[in-house]
Amino acid sequence: MTTLGWVDYAVMALYFAFVLGIGAALRRYVHTSEDFFLSGRAIPAWVTGLAFVSANLGAQEVIGMGASGAKYGIATSHFYWIGAIPAMVFIGLFMMPFYYGSRARSVPEYLKLRFDEKTRALNAVSFAIMTVFSSGISLYAMGKLLHLLLGWSFDSSILMAAGVVLAYIFLGGLTSAIYNEVLQFFLIVLGFAPLVFLGLRAVGGWSGLVARLADHATAAGFAPGAYTRSWAFMGHASTNPVGVEWFGLVMGLGFVLSFGYWCTDFLVVQRAMAANSMTAARRTPLIAAFPKMLFPFLVILPGMLALVVSPTSGVRDAAPTAYSISTTSTTSPTSGAPAVGIVPPKVDSHGAPLRDARGRVVLDYDLATPMLLLHFFPAGLLGLGLTALLASFMSGMAGNVTAFNTVWTYDLYQSYVRRGAPDAHYLAMGRFATVAGVAISIAAAYVAASFNNIMDFLQLVFAFVNAPLFATFALGMFWKRTTGHGAFTGLIAGTLAAAVHHGLSLPAGASVGVKGGYLGVVTTFPSELAQTFWTAIVAWTTCFVVTIIVSLVTRPRPPEELRGLVYGLTPKPVDTAVSWFQRPVTLAVVVLAVTVILNAVFF
Amino acid sequence: MSLDVRLPIGGFFTLLGLLLTGYGWATLGAPGTAPAGVPIDLVWGAVLLVFGVALLGLARRARQPPNP
Repeated sequence: MTTLGWVDYAVMALYFAFVLGIGAALRRYVHTSEDFFLSGRAIPAWVTGLAFVSANLGAQEVIGMGASGAKYGIATSHFYWIGAIPAMVFIGLFMMPFYYGSRARSVPEYLKLRFDEKTRALNAVSFAIMTVFSSGISLYAMGKLLHLLLGWSFDSSILMAAGVVLAYIFLGGLTSAIYNEVLQFFLIVLGFAPLVFLGLRAVGGWSGLVARLADHATAAGFAPGAYTRSWAFMGHASTNPVGVEWFGLVMGLGFVLSFGYWCTDFLVVQRAMAANSMTAARRTPLIAAFPKMLFPFLVILPGMLALVVSPTSGVRDAAPTAYSISTTSTTSPTSGAPAVGIVPPKVDSHGAPLRDARGRVVLDYDLATPMLLLHFFPAGLLGLGLTALLASFMSGMAGNVTAFNTVWTYDLYQSYVRRGAPDAHYLAMGRFATVAGVAISIAAAYVAASFNNIMDFLQLVFAFVNAPLFATFALGMFWKRTTGHGAFTGLIAGTLAAAVHHGLSLPAGASVGVKGGYLGVVTTFPSELAQTFWTAIVAWTTCFVVTIIVSLVTRPRPPEELRGLVYGLTPKPVDTAVSWFQRPVTLAVVVLAVTVILNAVFF
Repeated sequence: MSLDVRLPIGGFFTLLGLLLTGYGWATLGAPGTAPAGVPIDLVWGAVLLVFGVALLGLARRARQPPNP
């Protein structure tokens, strides 16, 4: 267990002081519900752009992508270069004119304007539940990690983080969340950049990393470049560590899941809606795409480095056996199982290392990035690194809470509980919803701590609900014939199709249950990711087809009611207020060109 | 919105840079402070300090009225 020095605590205290200070300073600018929920639509594009990417830069990103880097290598970059950038360009160029131009205050409200009340209600309820539970899962992961690494109390850790997030959103609303997300963005970038620098220096640069991972790949039964080349081995699922072939990757991740998240999730779209003009709203995801395409170097490389650095190369002995076991720990000092690099093995409740179906030790990949942090950072910088980690948990949670309080207040409370109240009433309700959202998140964190399988199950249900969403939005925005009945039926059918496909399939080596196969195992996939991608493809296709069929047999709304909501009935936005090099189209061309180059370099 | 976000962020990184640079200077040469041979607190503290001051400078420039 690592003990922090006074300087590390001083860094954390400084961060908390500024985070709370920003909330306090912004309180005097919040007068209306639009100020609280939409920042008065007055934020410049570069700020909403960094908040757009930072709201997504939660713990799942920093810890999860490091874990995937250790598990799959540079192929994890597909989650960025295929799984994010094209969708971010698409929403900026083609979808933002409808979200921003319709003056909808949320994504569910757009669905109401475009389709009908029931489609909005379905989306609002599922989204509100998902956000608070996602926030709770993030809190749980943070409390567990801080307990494991630093011995901090689980209760104190989550109460402290939740209390700080509550305070700054309660005071300054969405603006406070956005300003803090920009601070958190810089903190995470500047906190993790030296980690990558030190790690690469310790292994002899990129060429040294390639050489060391080649041995690792060969030992795992792959070609030497399998961990350091992103496309070369995607021809067949069995020749790459991800266990997916290129078609499933491009269609499942690059199209369905990526567009479904980046183009329809209110958590990120809300940041663009706060922008001060239509052009700024369109530029928001495009500005966000610039740092996003470079994040693989910041969050994936630490995981890859953790696999190959020598346990004695850092400033403190980061050998996993140096960490004491506790009641919630998954890492045992007594297991005797070898770590790979500084990534420790997972252990069971008796302290014995877990092994897969082929008898190989299962590594605790989630610890790859945190272990590298402890390994290389001396006192001082360790405070910065841990604060960056805290910031990632908090920015993810704040994104969920601000999205929740808006959807609850506008789409559920104002629509179904109390219509026509004065604006001050909805502002007060927004603050109350912030408190309630944080309280439910804390409760969800304890549920996750007590019944881990329940949270796995909930995440599975969320995935089923999310998978078909992009088909509904794409048809709604680009085909005026789409009807509310078609959209609603398509969403239900797509969600059911996802559940059925998942229930009839199983990843290799997994047991029947939350991993699938509960309706009978008809097919198996080489990996869990492959199963996820194909489940998404089935859900999207079902929703797309059912929506079209039902729309064709139901009555469409007259075109005059759809102006500003559908392509072809809406004037194309003009971006003459900014220079040519700042226009959305120019930014999109540059972003796509750099993404192609990055894919080519790491092909 | 009248609060320039660069002010609090610039202030934060300036103070953080001063803290890390000062600590790195005070502990220079002590064991366990130079991973991979780099006195990282001192070096990175200076980087953060420059970044923070640059943001404060940009915020200050934006507050000045344009020349007639």
